[in-house]
Amino acid sequence: MMANLPTPMERFVQGILPENPVYRQFLGLCPTLAVTNGLKQAMTMALAVGVVLLCANTIVSLIRNLLKPHLRIVVFTLTIATFVTVVDRVLAAYMYQMSKTLGPYIPLIIVNCIIICRCEVCASRQSVGTAAADAIGQSIGFGLALASIATVREILGTGTLAGFQVMPDSWPAWVVMVLPPGAFMTFGLLVALVNWIDSIRRKSERRG
Amino acid sequence: MTQAQTSENGKMPAPRKGGHLFQAWLVLLLAVIFGACLSAVHVSLSGRISDNKLNESLEKIPELIWGGMKQGAPPDQASIDIAPGRIAVTSGQRTTYYPVFRVNAEGALAGWVLKAAGQGYAGKVELLLGLNPAGDKITGLFVLGQSETPGLGNKISSPEWLAQFAGQRTAAPLKVVKGGEPAPGVIDAITGATISSRSVTGIVNRAIGETRGLLTPEQMKLTERSQ
Repeated sequence: MMANLPTPMERFVQGILPENPVYRQFLGLCPTLAVTNGLKQAMTMALAVGVVLLCANTIVSLIRNLLKPHLRIVVFTLTIATFVTVVDRVLAAYMYQMSKTLGPYIPLIIVNCIIICRCEVCASRQSVGTAAADAIGQSIGFGLALASIATVREILGTGTLAGFQVMPDSWPAWVVMVLPPGAFMTFGLLVALVNWIDSIRRKSERRG
Repeated sequence: MTQAQTSENGKMPAPRKGGHLFQAWLVLLLAVIFGACLSAVHVSLSGRISDNKLNESLEKIPELIWGGMKQGAPPDQASIDIAPGRIAVTSGQRTTYYPVFRVNAEGALAGWVLKAAGQGYAGKVELLLGLNPAGDKITGLFVLGQSETPGLGNKISSPEWLAQFAGQRTAAPLKVVKGGEPAPGVIDAITGATISSRSVTGIVNRAIGETRGLLTPEQMKLTERSQ
């Protein structure tokens, strides 16, 4: 059975695009929609999720042989909750304004399905190296997804990118883009774009 | 009984050995280890986090005392002395404490800043309320924390809306009206966020009412500064 599981390199690459947590698995959509009204907060969120995912995957992989099947979710949740609390406190201590901007969405990483999914699919079955590679790949995939949505929303919604003015002053900021409807519209259109590119790629592969 | 039956039916992969506590040894052990780690994080960071909160209030204070008023420019930063403390408010059996900052400039009392909190439309709203030395006039209002609806209720944080409070007399409670003209004693509600507007005004009225007559250097208990 072990032979069938993906190698560390495969896990790493899969997380970035082929199994992108947002565009392919549609997981972790709450922070994806909620904190992408600016690139800075989106990147902080991606980093926070990345740190928690890496730590949780490593710990779960280390204790994977001790896990009892019916108690594994409890162990996953406990591990994730611990690291999320640490990240939340560190943000409040060293990035106070950012911690206020992100508000409840940092504690909500505890219920982010990406992390519990990776613990279940990869870390509880494979070695520490593979679990870490998987965590890094998925985190990069999540970060890229958040960055793509946040870039569109921030430029159209406020005319800035990561706080810097990128649009001319005459740009009428589309306030709706930084509000929740903007998140859904941007996400929907980007999913369509990703699927469209994918279908073109497949067609050309079939021809070639 | 149920457990034995299910395992006979073959639904359980293996019969569970030991009691519930024994089965959960890993969970318990991890809980103890993680708990210890979290206490260590808390002990090492909580000082810094509370300093961050205090500094946020301290930074806003000069603006709350001198910002909204046409009292001329604030005196230079070096002559401003801000002393944090608290004021005990006794109503019936209960005693509550208002965090308060006494602001002195050039050796004389320049004003008070009260921290007040209450329930908004979606969550807790925390305010900093600036008052003149006599406590009979609002000099400024700032929203420290809120979780109101983005795009509607969160406009309570906007300087434009909060500017209405500066200069209001505190003799009578402020009233909230919809689409009213700016007038003394009247706060114009934000369109689409009447409840949030009322919450903020209510918190302000309550804080002023409860601390009336208590804003004196004698009533205030200064906080020991850690530095």
